[in-house]
Order: sequence, then structure tokens, then C-alpha cells
Amino acid sequence: MKKLLLGNEAIARGAYEAGVKVSAAYPGTPSTEISETIAKYPEVYAEWSPNEKVAAEVAIGASISGVRSMCCMKHVGLNVAADPLFTCAYTGVGGGLVAVVADDPGLYSSQNEQDTRMIARAAMIPVLEPSDSAEAKAFVKRAFELSEKYDTPIILRSTTRLSHSQGAVELEDRVEVPDKPYEKRIDKYVMMPGMAKKRHLYVEDRLNRMAADMATDPLNRIEYADKKIGFIASGIAYQYVKEAMPEASVLKLGVLNPLPKALIEEFAKNVETLYVFEELEPVVEEQVRAMGIKVIGKEIFTRQGEYSANLLRKAVLGVEDYEAPTAGLPARPPVLCPGCPHRSVFSVMKRLKLHVIGDIGCYTLGAVAPISVIETTICMGSSISTLHGVEKAKGKDYIKNWVCVIGDSTFLHTGVNSLINSAYNRSSGTVVILDNRTTGMTGHQEHAATGKNLKGEPAPAIDLETLCRAIGVTRVRTVSAFDRDALTAALKEETQADELSVIICRAPCALLKGNVFPNKVFVDAAKCAKCGACITCGCPALSKNADKTAKIDPEMCNGCGLCASFCKFGAMEKREVLKK
Amino acid sequence: MSTNIMIVGVGGQGTLLTSRILGGIAIEKGYDVKLSEVHGMAQRGGSVVTFVRYGECVREPIVEEGQADVLIAFERLEAARYHHFLKKGGVMIVNDVVIEPITVISGQTTYPTDVLDPLEGKYKIVKVDANKIAEEVGNRRVFNTVVLGVAARHMDVEKDVWLRVIERTVPPKTVEINQKAFLTGLGE
Ligand SMILES: Cc1ncc(C[n+]2csc(CCOP(=O)(O)OP(=O)(O)O)c2C)c(N)n1
Ligand code: SF4
Ligand code: SF4
Repeated sequence: MKKLLLGNEAIARGAYEAGVKVSAAYPGTPSTEISETIAKYPEVYAEWSPNEKVAAEVAIGASISGVRSMCCMKHVGLNVAADPLFTCAYTGVGGGLVAVVADDPGLYSSQNEQDTRMIARAAMIPVLEPSDSAEAKAFVKRAFELSEKYDTPIILRSTTRLSHSQGAVELEDRVEVPDKPYEKRIDKYVMMPGMAKKRHLYVEDRLNRMAADMATDPLNRIEYADKKIGFIASGIAYQYVKEAMPEASVLKLGVLNPLPKALIEEFAKNVETLYVFEELEPVVEEQVRAMGIKVIGKEIFTRQGEYSANLLRKAVLGVEDYEAPTAGLPARPPVLCPGCPHRSVFSVMKRLKLHVIGDIGCYTLGAVAPISVIETTICMGSSISTLHGVEKAKGKDYIKNWVCVIGDSTFLHTGVNSLINSAYNRSSGTVVILDNRTTGMTGHQEHAATGKNLKGEPAPAIDLETLCRAIGVTRVRTVSAFDRDALTAALKEETQADELSVIICRAPCALLKGNVFPNKVFVDAAKCAKCGACITCGCPALSKNADKTAKIDPEMCNGCGLCASFCKFGAMEKREVLKK
Repeated sequence: MSTNIMIVGVGGQGTLLTSRILGGIAIEKGYDVKLSEVHGMAQRGGSVVTFVRYGECVREPIVEEGQADVLIAFERLEAARYHHFLKKGGVMIVNDVVIEPITVISGQTTYPTDVLDPLEGKYKIVKVDANKIAEEVGNRRVFNTVVLGVAARHMDVEKDVWLRVIERTVPPKTVEINQKAFLTGLGE
């Protein structure tokens, strides 16, 4: 039966059919739906781990025990998981192990545009890259076979476009793979210098063997057509080549590390002009060039953003044929939802004129107008340690008007380590945990403090307040994110205190399932002074009527009351309407 | 040859659902089909684009500048933002409503109400106030299915196929209202 599947759903399906028994992940766009899909198969144990390092280690453990296992992450998650995966390249596997890593060319939802293939080369881990949903499923299955055949973890690389495109996929049955018997083998699984030196030799040999074998493997294939122009391409970029120049010859690579040198040499010999068309970094191009082959690549194709067939047509054929876009249109960037608790917290920080060190989540949107309070965002978990660094550099007094903010999911991801550091090394900073009871930005996943797991089953919920106290923070309190007076008092007090403090701002995400909004706010136009004060809160449900009085879209308003608290004229009234 | 459809709107307006209905239609008609969706950050009230392509053999999942046969826009400014994705003479179905982006609400810029005027004549532009029609149908949220109904007038697909695919794709409780909205948009 053929079914339309997202690339991510196809990856999950492939793992299921390959007999995977354990899957661990931390959410991250564009990889999240892989886990959400695989969780639906009762045959597979699937979990949200608190971060990607933990997820990779869970998969490694399952693999050592002899079963097929998988971990999934977005590209920056691979940085977090790099430590175990780099050494897993040495130990190799028991049952097949596949790490799915989804890159984000074009930065649809990320803080950088790094290329997983570069990291995989450094780690000496083989990489497979499919070019549509059907291949995604097939390649995952091949990845498990190759993992076991070559005794190596395999990275399956996806990109946003592949992960979030749907294509027709033929569903097949799951094949149960017998567990490999567990063997105690310290030469293979205890990576201390004596053993690791030997394994390093093994790793090098493995890559060489694989490179030779992959020259004749159907994962890589040459499609000869007109031999004047030849492209080396993989993944979604291959589709752009076929779309823009169906008459050209193509070497389609399914294996991106190690490269099938013999096949590349053959292709290069047979075409007149050779291009490498690869999104992001010139990973293939530089290796082809190092083989002494003349090739055109990044001098005409960009390292930035996503590719397209139009981009290829323009660069190679000089053709560009479409209407000019309308210039000067207002941008429509993403915004915090109406009724988002983060907006309320930020409004208080803004009034107190605090410097705010940020982290990653929906609340990162607090950096842009009209909220404009967040001043730094680096990576998940960084806010607490960044504030600590500012304090150690400039002294306690310098940070009396500074705080850091971190989401609940991000706090449990890697923020907790930073809080340990701040406590241990006597920071006096103020940490605000934006506890909206979910992993909001990636689409509302459960985490270790929500009371449910990936499968939707009840799970133990970490009490954040107790956790902070156990770390050694004595000044810990919880306030409602919408209680602006209490929050104002707490922030004033804690930023002045000479000790480390944690303020947990709690209120559920406005989009959380089951969240009911009994109220809406209405404008009394007669009382409205047309001052626009309410609008500065930045809620997208607000706008102005033609006569400049405030207007609230009743469909959008969730009745949080924030705008009303900005109104000095009593023109906004909260009323119970019992929506939903 | 493929048919290329592009759906644009504001995060939360249901572009994903509409593209999935169109994908279902293509499958039902026995075509090869690819859809491209937006998940994650952009969904939070940002400008959102989804693509549907179907035909004998579809390669890339996106529709590029100058290639869309039909552009379905759930909001006026978004229609203007992506018009150049249309082929010359392509069909633009616009839900002619204004949703002010935060850059306008917060006073950084103004909403250009006449953005579609210069495009008249370049494309076949069909404007509809689907929000109002949806309200009359009984639920403001199904405006997107009203717009789809209007778009269906320009596509060669039988009515029962549409109704069947809608039934399969929308949440079970909303099948009836969505079918009603679709038929109203179709002009029945
Ligand atoms: C290492 C890493 N993993 C995953 C992500 C993707 N990601 C960005 S923010 C976020 C979680 C946000 O949850 P939370 O901190 O609770 O804030 P909220 O979005 O709910 O406000 C995730 C998973 C990332 N950017 N980096
Ligand atoms: S999804 Fe939740 S946390 Fe994110 S902006 Fe919306 S209300 Fe806020
Ligand atoms: S009460 Fe005001 S701030 Fe809150 S959601 Fe409604 S319009 Fe937005």
C-alpha cells in the first residue's frame, strides 16, 4: 500500500520495519516528528530523553545489548551528542545503531546553519542521505544493515526540506531481527588508551573498506545522459538537478561519508564539465578537488541557505524568468501567541529595565520588537552560565540589574548543569525559569517535569523547586507568570540579593492541550483614550480601529488580561465567556 | 508536466490542512505527489508557505518562483508577498482579509492596503471574503475550506472526490461543517 508520508514519518517507518526496538531523542525542528511517529508503534520502546547526549547514550546501550536502536536530533543536537558518538565510532555496535540528524539549511527554526557531514567526517562516522520520503524509509533500513556489517554507528542525514515534505511511500512489514548475543568485550567497549589505539586502526580500515565497497553499491549511482555536463548531487539537491536540468548526467550519492572515490573518478572521466551541487559546506567538492579532479562548486553556488532548481538554472544557465517580487512589504515575523505567559514576564522585565540573558525556546522571540528585552541567545542551556560569566568578569554589583531566562524544557536539557556551576562557584545571579509546562517551540512535547512521557503514559514529574534546592540554591520561589505585582517584587528583591536565586514563573503555554480560557478582554471605546499603551504589550490580537481606539480580535484573544493592565483609563474589561 | 499549487497565509490559519487535502486529491486521482510543509518556529503567527505538486513524476517538493499554477492566499498581504511564484496568467485566489503583522501593530510600518492593485492584469485574481462566508456557514474557523472551494472552481476534480478527501482529512467532528464550507466556496 502506498501512503503519503513526511520524510520524518518515513524515517520512523523505516526504523520500525527494520526491527528497531529502542529509540531515544530530544525534540528539535526539523527532527521532532520522527519520535512522535515511532512512539505510535507498540513494538518499539521510544522516549524523550532530557537531551541529545543522553539520547545517544541510551541508543548506544541498547545497541551494545544486542538490539537495533536509534537516536534522533536536529543538527545542533549532534553537538550535544558528539561526545558519546565520536567514541561510539571507535567501539562500533552490537545491534545496528542509526543516529538521525536533521540539518536546517535556510535556518527555518535554528540558531545556526552547520553541516552535519563535516562533523560526521571528524567523527569518522559513515553518512547516508536520502532525497525523498521513499528513499528515507529505504535508506534507514540499509543504514541498519550497514551498521551491523561494518560494525559502526551510521548517521542518516536529513534536511528541513526532506523531513517536512510528504511523498508517496510503499509500506512494508516489520521484520523482527534476532537480538545479537551480548558479549563482554573490553577491547571493544572499554575505550581506554590501550584499547582505543587499536580501535582507531580499525576505524581507519573500516572507512577504507567501506569507501571501496560503496563504489558499486546501489546507494550511489550514475545516471548518464548528455555527457557535456555532469553533476554530483545528493539529498534534496539531487531533485533540484533533475528538475532544472533533466538532460544532464548525474552522479547521485546516497553515501556522503566515505565517498566512493572510484565511482567519482569514473564519472569525472566521462563528463566534460563537472559540477558539485551541494547545500551548505563544500564537503564533497573539496574531497573531489583533493583527488585532483577539476570541478565547479561554491564559486557559483552559495554556502548559504536552501538551494532550488531556479538557483541552479540561474547559476549554470544564466536563466531567470519570473515577475519581480513586490518590494517593501511589511515583514511578518513569528510572534508569541495571544495569552502567552512569556509575554507577561517580559513586560515586567521591560518595566524594570533589566538586562536579560536569553536561552532557546519560544521566549527567544522576546528579543525582537516590540518586546525587545532579551539581549543574548547562544544555545540551549547557555543562559545561566552566560550570566555567571558576566558576573565573574565584572563583579556582583555589575549584574544587579541583570537576569537570565530559561524555559522549563531547556532547563532540564542542559540548564541544570549550569545552575550546579552557579551554586558551586557562588554566583549571585537571578535565574528565571519560564515554566510553561511543556516544550513549546517544537510543538509541545512532554519532558521530565510534565508528568507524562513520549508515549503519553503517566510518568514521574520532577519538582523544579525541589531540584533547585537540592543543587544548593536557597532562594527559590514560584510565582504565577501572570501575577505581575508578585513578579515585580520578586525580581526587585532577588536581583538585589547577594546570593544566587531562582524564580520559577509558572503558567501553562496558551497552546497546551486542555488549556481552557474562560475569559476574554473587551474594549470600551467610549473610555479608550487612543493612547496605544495596550498595544505596546505586543499581543497580535490587538490592533487599532480607524478612529485609533484599541481593537481586540475576539477569535484570537485568550483573555490573559495583560493588555488591560497596560490601560490607565479602565477601557479594557475582562469578561467570562467560557470559550471552548 | 506537473500541477503546482502554493498555499500561503499566517501561522495558525490552517495552510497545512489545506495542503493535505490537496495532497489527498492528487493521490485519489492516481498522480505522483509531493507536499512541502512548515513546522516549528514560523508557525507562531509568522508568514507560512506550503506547496503541493502533482503529476506523472514529481521531483522537487517545492514550487518555485514563476511556476505556480494556483496561488491560494489566506490573507491579502501574504498574497502580495508571494505573487511572483505564480506563472504568468496563473490563478490567484485571495481571502481578502487583513491580518496586521506585529511590525504593523507595533507601529514600525504601515499595512499597504492596495498591494494587489498593481497585480491586476498579470494574473487571474479571484477575491473572496471567506471569513464572512464561513461565519454565515456557521463557523469562522472553516474559512480555509471556503477558500479551497473557490480554488476548486479552477481545478479539474469531481465534487465527490473533494468531499471524500475532506471527510478523510479533517478532524472527524468537523467533517460536516467543512464539507458545507467547501460547497459554499464552490458555489453550490
Ligand atoms: C541542542 C538543541 N536541541 C534542540 C533544539 C530545539 N529546541 C529549541 S528550543 C527547544 C525547547 C524549548 O522548550 P522550553 O525551554 O520549555 O521553552 P518554550 O518553547 O516552551 O517557551 C528546543 C527543543 C535546539 N535549539 N538545540
Ligand atoms: S506556543 Fe506557548 S510558549 Fe510558545 S509562544 Fe505560544 S503560548 Fe507562548
Ligand atoms: S487579554 Fe489582551 S494581551 Fe491577553 S490575549 Fe487578549 S488581547 Fe492579547
